[in-house]
Order: sequence, then C-alpha cells, then structure tokens
Amino acid sequence: MFSFIARRLGLLIPTFFGVTLLTFSLIRMIPGDPVEVMMGERRVDPQMHAEALHRLGLDKPLYQQYFDYLSNLAHGNLGESLITRDNVWHEFTTLFPATLELALCAMIFATVLGLLAGVIAALRRGSLFDHGVMGISLTGFSMPIFWWGLILIMFFSVQLGWTPVSGRIDLLYDIEPKTGFMLIDSLLSDEEGAFMDALHHLILPSIVLGTIPLAVIARMTRSAMLEVLREDYVRTAKAKGLSPARVVFIHALRNALIPVLTVLGLQVGSLLAGAVLTETIFSWPGVGKWLIDAISRRDYPVVQNGILLIATLVIVVNFVVDILYGFANPRIRHQR
Amino acid sequence: MSLLEIQNLNVRFGGKDAIPVVEGLDLTIDQGEVLAIVGESGSGKSVTMMSVMGLIEAPGEVTANRLNFAGQDLLKLKGRARRQLIGKDLSMVFQDPMTALNPSYTVGYQIEEVIHQHLGLRGREARQRALQLLERVEIPGAASRLSAYPHQLSGGMSQRVAIAMAIAAEPKLLIADEPTTALDVTIQAQIMDLLLNLQRDEGMALILITHDLAVVAETAQRVCVMYAGQAVETGVVPDIFQAPKHPYTEALLAAIPEHSLGERLSTLPGIVPGRYDRPKGCLLSPRCPYAQPRCLERPALEPYTHNGISGSVRCFFPRNLNPEQWPEVLPESQRPSHLPGEAHGRA
Repeated sequence: MFSFIARRLGLLIPTFFGVTLLTFSLIRMIPGDPVEVMMGERRVDPQMHAEALHRLGLDKPLYQQYFDYLSNLAHGNLGESLITRDNVWHEFTTLFPATLELALCAMIFATVLGLLAGVIAALRRGSLFDHGVMGISLTGFSMPIFWWGLILIMFFSVQLGWTPVSGRIDLLYDIEPKTGFMLIDSLLSDEEGAFMDALHHLILPSIVLGTIPLAVIARMTRSAMLEVLREDYVRTAKAKGLSPARVVFIHALRNALIPVLTVLGLQVGSLLAGAVLTETIFSWPGVGKWLIDAISRRDYPVVQNGILLIATLVIVVNFVVDILYGFANPRIRHQR
Repeated sequence: MSLLEIQNLNVRFGGKDAIPVVEGLDLTIDQGEVLAIVGESGSGKSVTMMSVMGLIEAPGEVTANRLNFAGQDLLKLKGRARRQLIGKDLSMVFQDPMTALNPSYTVGYQIEEVIHQHLGLRGREARQRALQLLERVEIPGAASRLSAYPHQLSGGMSQRVAIAMAIAAEPKLLIADEPTTALDVTIQAQIMDLLLNLQRDEGMALILITHDLAVVAETAQRVCVMYAGQAVETGVVPDIFQAPKHPYTEALLAAIPEHSLGERLSTLPGIVPGRYDRPKGCLLSPRCPYAQPRCLERPALEPYTHNGISGSVRCFFPRNLNPEQWPEVLPESQRPSHLPGEAHGRA
C-alpha cells in the first residue's frame, strides 16, 4: 500500500509541469492581451500599451515569464488577478464552495438515480424499462450541456415558472457567507424560506450538470450488474434463502460497485469541466464562471492558476478513489 | 413418508414446446438416507436439484405432479415461504467453491448471514455459532478464519466454509452438487469424509451428485442413474453395481478404469443427444448395443422386484433381469439407429 501511494505521488510531478506548461502557453495563444482587453475597442496608444505591459511584466521573453511563474509557484505564490488585483488563492477559495455545492448535488443526483436505474435495468434485462433507460442514457450522454441547460430553463423556468432562472438564491435574502455552502448558510441564517429558495435554485443546475454522469453511471451499473448476477456467489446467496433485496443489494451490487466506483472517479474531471458551462448558463457564482470571465479578460494569472488548482483537485480525487477502490475490493487491499 | 418426493418432474427452458432438460423424473429420498445421482455431464442432475431448491428462474419452467418436501408442497410455496425453507431445512453445496463464496465479504459474515436469516441470532451469539460451525467442518485455526476473505482460502478450505454455511441451520436434506470435482485429489477424499461424517452425526439426508462411481459404491445407499434428462435406473447399493439393469448403467460401470486394467477402456460410442438430435424412442437407443426395433418407442421407468431387491428401470429389455426374455442381440447394421429415417427424427 505504501509503495503504491509513493508511486502515485511520483507521477504527480510531471503532471503538474504538464498542466503549467499547457495553461501558460494556451492562454497566450489567444489573440490579444490583458491590456488590449481592458482598454477596449478604442485605438490604444502604443506607448501606453507598452508601459502597461511592462508594468505587468508581460514584455519579458516568454521563457522568462514561464520561469517567473514557476518560481512564484514554488514559493506558494499564486499571484493576483490582473483585473481585480485580488489574490488568486483568495478568489478561488471564496468561489469554490459554490462549485463544490453544485457538483456534490449533481453527483448525488447522478449516483442515486444512476445506480437505481442501472440495477433495475439489469434485473429486467430486455424489458421495456431496460431499453427505455438505456436509450435515454445514451441520449443524455450525447447531450450538449449548454443546449440542454437552455432547454430546461426555457421549459421549467420560463414556461412553467417552477424554478428560478439563475443565481444561487433570491436577491431578497441577505445571507452571510459562513461556510460558503448556500444550503448550510441559509439554514444558519434567520431568514425564513431562504433554505427552500436556495434548494430551488440548485435543482436545475444539478440536473444539467448531473446528466452526463447519470448516463454513464446507469450504463456502467447495468453492465456490471449483469455480469455479477451470473456469478456463482449470487446463486449461493439465493440458496441461503435470503430475500431478493438482500441478494441484489448486499451480494450483487456490492461487487458491481467496484467498476462503477472507478468510473465515478473519472467523472469528477468531466464534472468540473461541465461545471464551467453549467455555471455560465445559470450565472452560478463559482470557479467555472470565474475562469470563463478570466479567459475573456485575458487574466493570465487567474487562468493559469485557476486551472492548476482544478487540475490538482481532479488528481487528488482520483487518488482518493484509487484508495477507496481498495476498500471496496478486498482482493486489491491485500495485494502488496 | 419420504422426506423428498418428486413425481414426473419436468424442467424446460423457453416455452411449452421446448425440449425438456429434465423429463418425467421420479425420485424419493428418506430421512437420513444417502442417495447418489450419477450420469454424464448434461444429463440434468444439477438442474433437477436446482429446481428442488427453487433456483430455476425464468425462462426456465418447472412442472411436476408432486414436489413434496417434509410434507410441504414445494410447488405451492412461493416467495417468502419458500425462502424460509431453503438454506434451512433444504440446503445445497455447489461445485466450485472458489466462486461460490462472495469475494467482498468475510467468511464469518457469510456464515452469520444464514444464522441470522434462519435462526434469528445476531451479534456475539451468531459469531459464536459461526465459530462452532467452522470447527465442525474441521477448519484449522477457526477463530482467525472468521475474518478471512474467500480469496485468502484454498479450494478445500472454501468448500469447508460452503459446507459450514449449508449446515448452519441444521438442514434435513443436504444436496451436494459435485462437491469435490473442482478440488485436488488429496482434498477430495477429505471433503467426502467430512460430508459423510456430518450426514451420520446430524442424521440428515444427503443427495450426492457425482461422476465418481467409486465414491458412490462406498457411500450411497441408493443410486439414481440419469441420462439425457431422464432417470433410467434407480437401485440400491451394492446390487446396482453387481447387477446393473439398464444398458447405460452397465456401460458406465464398464467405463471405470479399474475394471479394465490392461485392456482398452470400454466406452459407449456417441454422445448424449442434444436439443436437436433427440431420438423419438428410447433416448439411449442410438448408442445402445442391445437396441431392438421396439426401442423406437419410449419406455417408462418401471419398478421391479428381483430376488427381494426392488428398484426401477427404464428399458424394454433390462439386463440381469429375466434373461430368458432377451431377444437376440442384433448386428449393428440392423439396429434401429441404422434403419433409414427412423430414430433420428426429431421428437
């Protein structure tokens, strides 16, 4: 186990370098620079432009900029936004809870529904329900998130008026951010109805963000269950006279979860990618929207370090999933 | 009254018209009896026992005139009532112990599950009982094995655990489906001894599905020989070994290597008929060296008593019984399987 962790940690170093190099170069490939964007469409005075670039250190050769960036990173300095002058780490930590809240809700939605649908589809293999679920999940998996989000907003928010169109909570409420999680903060506040309002705001974005993971989990659960249900130990469980629910959930699903868990870990990356789009559609004040704004403003430090932080997160989550995997599967836990 | 009574059991997969996997099977077993079921692979031995356990699932279909266990009609017992019986009074040990245990749970958990389900014990009491069971099946270091996972056990050890699970609720009937086939030869004898000791000590009935006729001769009181989904002969040990009545039983005995040391091993030509080449008449007729024109009809399993020993046989011309009525053995070219367009018609 220890050597396993050490090996995984060793792999992180090249990954980090790759991420820094990619973000550093990609953002600079977009035409325009922060100064141009700030000054807008008007004709920029070349001298002022050069001075501004010099002030920001953007007139240095690229390799020098990259090494400055790395050396700042090595000192734990993530820099500050060129636009707001706020510390990138501070901005990230302020906005991240909103993204986390959304991602968690989406994941809970996707996991609960996906496992259930997958299990039932496997048990009723070949039935109308099975074909229906698999058809819908294929559609869900191929759905462009931005389009799907707009359709849902148009139908549920605009036509039916069931859910709010955007934001985390109604402007009527003044919630003091204690934990950064709106559901918790609204509960802690004295404002009546704030919690329900926050919950309402979460529904559509969670569904939109959870759609693709839901489809993946449902399909994966189904195929894993179909495999496991044929196993001898499921027959043994039936021969013990256990209830069908116990056979399915305790004996079969437990083993089917092993591959599903792996997929779940891999989904975290695409979940954060999806969050960028979802947050933009719903004006959700999280890191996804923050990054999109930073890109359009050519806010180099925010883009570079924001993506680096998110990449770190994905790596850490996958790492945790690997360890969880060992817990779910005793055969791995005991390997050396 | 018999403990288990099966009359005209039919098991089909896929609709009324499908060829039965088990056809018209009659079988009884008394309390405390050891019954062996022998036959080639695919002769329906396991499917018969799975249907007794209620483990045949759609599209499989089980019908019978009678399927009684300890005075209860198994065909009428559904859902919970049936589950209260299986794993408790009626339990089963399967062929491959390495896959029969759930890899995600400890041995203790899997045994305690049965104890909780059927005896209602939990916590320390259940653990205590599980420990006793592991000691009962002679697992060394039983206490430490409770927290072991199946992948940490050898095949023989796993089979002992599976047996412990099967006897946890003191069954009246234990079905062992080729319990030693997947094990090393040295372990096979140990497991067989264990099963027979348990059977004797607990006084339970034991149905032993096996290929191993030597084991049958040593252990069973009665034998049922199956061929292509039918019981072709039932009889008592040792009579069935000394004077087999059905040509198929005779052929099985002749195929034991020890019986033909130094000679070429006797075999029955051909294979068990499959779904699409099932003969019209006697199922063995295309392979039978004694086949007669009458064998194009389907014989029934007829009881007989001979020299005070009773049994039953599904043959028009049983061996070792009324030899004066035997017709002349026909040369191969005149047997019904070689008559044009007769025996190979689909049933």
